[in-house]
Amino acid sequence: MTISVRIPTILRSYTDGVAEVSVEPTAPTLSATITALEDSYPGLSARVLDDQGALRRFVNVYVNDEDVRFEGGLDAATPDGAQVSIIPAVAGG
Amino acid sequence: MTIDAALDFGPATHLTCRACGERYPLGAAYACMECFGPLEVGYEIVAPSREDIAAGPPSLWRYRALLPVPSNIAELPGLHPGFTKLVRADNLARELGMRRLWVKDDTGNPTHSFKDRVVAVALAAARELGLNTLSCASTGNLANAVAAAATRAGMGHVVVIPANLEAGKVITTAVYGGTLIAVDGNYDDVNRLCSELVGDPLTTDWGFVNVNLRPYYAEGSKSLGYEVAEQLGWRLPQQVVIPVASGSLLTKVDKAFRELGDLGLIEPTPYRVFGAQATGCSPVAQAFRAGIDVIRPVKPDTIAKSLAIGNPADGPYALDVARRTGGAIADVSDAEIVAGIRLLAQTEGIFAETAGGVTVATLRQLLASGQLDPEAETVVYNTGDGLKTLDAVAPQVGPTATIAPSIDEFRAALGG
Repeated sequence: MTISVRIPTILRSYTDGVAEVSVEPTAPTLSATITALEDSYPGLSARVLDDQGALRRFVNVYVNDEDVRFEGGLDAATPDGAQVSIIPAVAGG
Repeated sequence: MTIDAALDFGPATHLTCRACGERYPLGAAYACMECFGPLEVGYEIVAPSREDIAAGPPSLWRYRALLPVPSNIAELPGLHPGFTKLVRADNLARELGMRRLWVKDDTGNPTHSFKDRVVAVALAAARELGLNTLSCASTGNLANAVAAAATRAGMGHVVVIPANLEAGKVITTAVYGGTLIAVDGNYDDVNRLCSELVGDPLTTDWGFVNVNLRPYYAEGSKSLGYEVAEQLGWRLPQQVVIPVASGSLLTKVDKAFRELGDLGLIEPTPYRVFGAQATGCSPVAQAFRAGIDVIRPVKPDTIAKSLAIGNPADGPYALDVARRTGGAIADVSDAEIVAGIRLLAQTEGIFAETAGGVTVATLRQLLASGQLDPEAETVVYNTGDGLKTLDAVAPQVGPTATIAPSIDEFRAALGG
């Protein structure tokens, strides 16, 4: 299973400046995708998740253009080939 | 930390994370590298006197000593918005059984909404940072403001809107030329697209006013707090009612009131801040009622498109302000919004867009529920012009009669 993840500018120090990476999680969930990201890019998950392991307050995550908060948060399904985007939440208005 | 000496942001000295306090140099940045929290402008303000401010230009630049802009900002090309009328609304007050009510009428701005203020400050930042294109994700009013201000300043612009916006807001953006991209999706989709574009090589020299320039942009809304205080004779109202989309305007009016007190420009008297949303997009009002501080995003469905942000960036902070000041965030139906537009028009001769209808209808609801005190001096903010949202009221208003040009028919039409 391959998931494509778009990395926001402020996290690209973890990916050598690369804006989009591919990972191969062991399960079809956002949670497993983040674990796979951490395996490839150590330190990245702590930027996206808080101390309790929940998505940080000011991070928006989308799976195939859908806000994961409408899809079960970290339990959101990430089927093979899914596109995940991590984006700072504080924009707009 | 050193600041690039070539940058002139007036009294602004740095950016700071509102969530964790981390500091950053002034630049085109909006999210904290540590925690993704929102960055805010930090200052070393030398307090101006009331006389200094009153001697300034009749625009928001009279408060330039409190904004992240160079001291010569009023001489640089721009729309120079602000210092709009504070209208004493005795007729509406009588109708609602209130003692003293004012309408801060921001339809008087160059593109007829409060967005000219925030864009003016973002434009100044774009100029300082050497950016060549002004851009934004917009529900319409911001699109107008960006297109017009960038054009006046001789800068390019690329405006991104949801495809289903009111025709009045599409035309009033497109007329300025430049690039206008309509996206099949809602505002939150447009906002996400722009947030992703910020990291793309396509937009290296662009300033997205409400994304990578958002810390500066948002500060422009403080002027709506400063002006009300000055126009009331350097004092604060006891209650304010403010429309809530992202929640930024509400939090910045509160910030302005507190700054004026801290700087000794006014007596820091207590005030209560109320927020107004449309029921069809009321994530902040729902969180307020539920007593929680986490905003659950919603899919908007309301005629108040300028407030239709289902995922409001400053929602948590707007909740904090309402709770801290003893205010509330409430919501009203689309039918109440139309009634609110008509009530303001028919009592005060002010034609508000749907957001103004939301605010007036919420004022009425909060009075009825007893949350708002009819004896306390109150200011409501009308942030946009009804000419841009004619569809909202078109089915309900029209000629009293259509007649031949004869006195008899005229008399009959008057019921005589």
